[in-house]
Amino acid sequence: MTKINMTVNGRAVSAEAEDRTLLVEFLRSGLNLTGTHVGCDTSQCGACLVHVNGEAVKSCTMLAAEAEGAEVTTIEGMANADGSLSTIQAAFQEHHGLQCGFCTPGMVMSAAALLKDNPKPSEAEVRDYLEGNICRCTGYHNIVKAIMAASGQLDAIAAE
Amino acid sequence: MSVARPLPHDAAALHVAGQARYVDDIPTPTGTLHLAFGLSDVAHARITAMDLTAVRQAAGVVAVLTCDDLPGANDVSPSVHDEPLLAQGEVFYLGQPLFLVVATSHLAARKAARLGRISYDERPAILSIDQAIAADSRFEEGPRIYSKGEPERALKAADHRIEGQIEIGGQEHFYLEGQAALALPQENDDMIVNCSTQHPTEIQHKVAEALNLPMNAVRVETRRMGGGFGGKESQGNALAVATAVAARLTGHACKMRYDRDDDMMITGKRHDFRIAYRAGFDDEGRIEGIEFTQWARCGWAQDLSLPVADRAMLHADNAYHLKDVRIVSHRLKTHTQSATAFRGFGGPQGMLGMERVIDHIAHELGRDPLNVRRVNYYRAAAADAGASGGSISAKKNDRAPQLTPYHMPVEDFILHEMTEALAERADYGARRHAVAEWNAHNRVLKKGIALTPVKFGISFTLTHLNQAGALVHVYQDGSVHMNHGGTEMGQGLFQKVAQVAAARFAVDPALVKITATDTAKVPNTSATAASSGSDLNGMAVKAACDTIRDRMAAFLAQEHQVEAADVVFADGEVRVGGAVYTFQEAAKRAYEGRVSLSATGFYKTPKVAWDRIRGVGRPFFYFAYGVAVSEVVLDRMTGENRILRCDILHDAGASLNQAIDIGQIEGGYVQGAGWLTTEELVWDDKGRLRTHAPSTYKIPAASDRPGIFNVALWDGENREETIYRSKAVGEPPFMHGISAFLALSDAVAACGAGYPDLQAPATAQSVLQAIRRVEGDG
Ligand code: FES
Ligand code: FES
Repeated sequence: MTKINMTVNGRAVSAEAEDRTLLVEFLRSGLNLTGTHVGCDTSQCGACLVHVNGEAVKSCTMLAAEAEGAEVTTIEGMANADGSLSTIQAAFQEHHGLQCGFCTPGMVMSAAALLKDNPKPSEAEVRDYLEGNICRCTGYHNIVKAIMAASGQLDAIAAE
Repeated sequence: MSVARPLPHDAAALHVAGQARYVDDIPTPTGTLHLAFGLSDVAHARITAMDLTAVRQAAGVVAVLTCDDLPGANDVSPSVHDEPLLAQGEVFYLGQPLFLVVATSHLAARKAARLGRISYDERPAILSIDQAIAADSRFEEGPRIYSKGEPERALKAADHRIEGQIEIGGQEHFYLEGQAALALPQENDDMIVNCSTQHPTEIQHKVAEALNLPMNAVRVETRRMGGGFGGKESQGNALAVATAVAARLTGHACKMRYDRDDDMMITGKRHDFRIAYRAGFDDEGRIEGIEFTQWARCGWAQDLSLPVADRAMLHADNAYHLKDVRIVSHRLKTHTQSATAFRGFGGPQGMLGMERVIDHIAHELGRDPLNVRRVNYYRAAAADAGASGGSISAKKNDRAPQLTPYHMPVEDFILHEMTEALAERADYGARRHAVAEWNAHNRVLKKGIALTPVKFGISFTLTHLNQAGALVHVYQDGSVHMNHGGTEMGQGLFQKVAQVAAARFAVDPALVKITATDTAKVPNTSATAASSGSDLNGMAVKAACDTIRDRMAAFLAQEHQVEAADVVFADGEVRVGGAVYTFQEAAKRAYEGRVSLSATGFYKTPKVAWDRIRGVGRPFFYFAYGVAVSEVVLDRMTGENRILRCDILHDAGASLNQAIDIGQIEGGYVQGAGWLTTEELVWDDKGRLRTHAPSTYKIPAASDRPGIFNVALWDGENREETIYRSKAVGEPPFMHGISAFLALSDAVAACGAGYPDLQAPATAQSVLQAIRRVEGDG
């Protein structure tokens, strides 16, 4: 057991964890932040995606200890300061970018990472970027649409 | 009115904020224990010894259970009690649970589960369809056979004949949330189970049996699933029973979630099929006589395989009138995972068999497959259908509905109009020419296009399941609490049904609280399956709301000395005599007037009755329809391919929520196309599933979806009296994926003269084999 310190969603946290504890476990069990989901356990589905020091990271592939001292943002930290939904979150809601919702936190985190680096991506860039995020329900159409809408480019969607 | 509006999913705001709770997210009591199964390493054997010493000694292990430790029934089968929770002396597939580890953490349980030392006396395993046929290994005494007319005579008399065979692969559900259950022991031996299941009542039933309790001592709650697709109709039983048994024995809350690998190794998948056909037809491709033989690989236990195979037979006609037809179905027993429900429930396989025949006939005659489809379509529904006692026209017989192979009249056939509309909207004719043109000028990249129809029967074929219950309360502040037997797996059922409740009271849907499915509120529910969720539960909720509304109306009418029929619920108000109350005021008055504001509702589907052994009668209340056009391109050198464009026109009746329905169609198509293209399950010759993770099992990604994707709803009402004349929409769009498969067949056909004889899934390898075939013949 080691004490691990990090900043999660702007709040300094510290908790005991075994050395082999994955970041996703640390967040879910240790901090009760269950919005970060486990879909595949093997770094392929993207349901567990969070930001570590601003970079998109699949939290099932990172040890909690590796995030020592880092700034971590999870889906729970994505809302605006007043608690209202961020632009990306609101776009997923409004454009029906979810069905069962299990992939949604990872999709929102992935979209946020993309738009930070590339505020006006093309539809093809969005699709390529989402390669590591699986959605089994929606067929992706509305997810892509939501991200295009969040980047202010709804009219750029190919087919409606 | 709140129905027919594209409102967002009820929990969308929670999902985007990471606040929506799944089973694994529910806060657990301190001391909660975690479970994992130890699995069989061989496909078929007698267990000679199980040495679990190392398992028991592993860190964090609290208990290890075998079949001898169970307090009640060792069975998790949803049908015929042939599926032990923990193997009893013999194993029947590689991945079968043998023992159960109870530990202080998920990881500890999983690690310990690997430490079992099992000795086997191995037996020959029957893995493939060929092996099962050779060994005559099957469920039921012999094949089921449905027939109509004189297929042999018609086949002989036909001008043209073809025969062929298609292998159709299975499919992993890959619900993004794996199976999960949490059992919380209560006083007096009662048990509460939270479970990711499409069938809480079945969970309750199996847990009660396993604990030797009456059903009233077990309560099952399901707020939502992270996807189900049929994979949580029966496959959650094992986890729920395991957690309940462990909770009973340890006195602690117990939780179990399958790791993705375990989930894929343990649980059943879509049935893979082989379908052989012989068809006789005329110069236009009109089918004179046809025979199908279907072999379904059911796996080791019966599970839901019989109704799945039945539904494959019931969809062997798809949209076509087969005058003289015979369908033979073999349900094969193999030493593999027990194949289970998956969106479409056998329908897709049966339908693909039929569409394959059309494709083959068209190739044989050198005609556009669309023309062959059209000449074989069922007769259109009579325009005046539904009007009873109308004048009998002289040409009545020309307009009488035609019969399916199971002798059910097709009264609501709308595919002629839908096909016409989609062909025009998607510019099918011109694009078909353009594809031919392209193929004439390009040697390496070949294109293909196909338009395929769907006619899907709606109702549980096990007739007694076509019932549903609901419980609705109106509180004195006018807020509404709604509960029904359906479960939410992302399909938007809760939202749709809440819109129905809001419409009955004429209030804002925000006033309606949607609550978790709970066996203590609504008993004896059917699985949320067969696309029936909103049909059944929408009607049950409507009945409950109407009971309350009628009571409120009667009370207010009496107060105001008017007829109850003159009390109007509209726009969030209740108008009676000259008075206008808000719904909240009206509820408060009714409460103070000592009116019961709580009611149950019940619904059973009318008209359905059939004989599943003979295959005669009306298994379905109605049919849902749709048409899709896909265009694809493939690389002749590698077999690699992609979908360029897809256009769909789909019939959801008078849609309850257009946005949700369109979402079901988009998702269904992509999942269906995945089934028939990239999603390939591979078992090795020992019976080990080799594709047990998304790294080896290719699920469509965002970039796989067609570049152009147009989905529209057909504007029409259900002619049957369903909830607001809507139609079920969960499964039917899945089968639009068939258009992608047949577009690939079309593209392969452009590589040579022979018939592609494409096998499913059409992976690059399968496409390449087909290309070599047509080149060889060319
Ligand atoms: S759980 Fe981390 S990528 Fe799937
Ligand atoms: S909404 Fe279910 S996996 Fe994406």
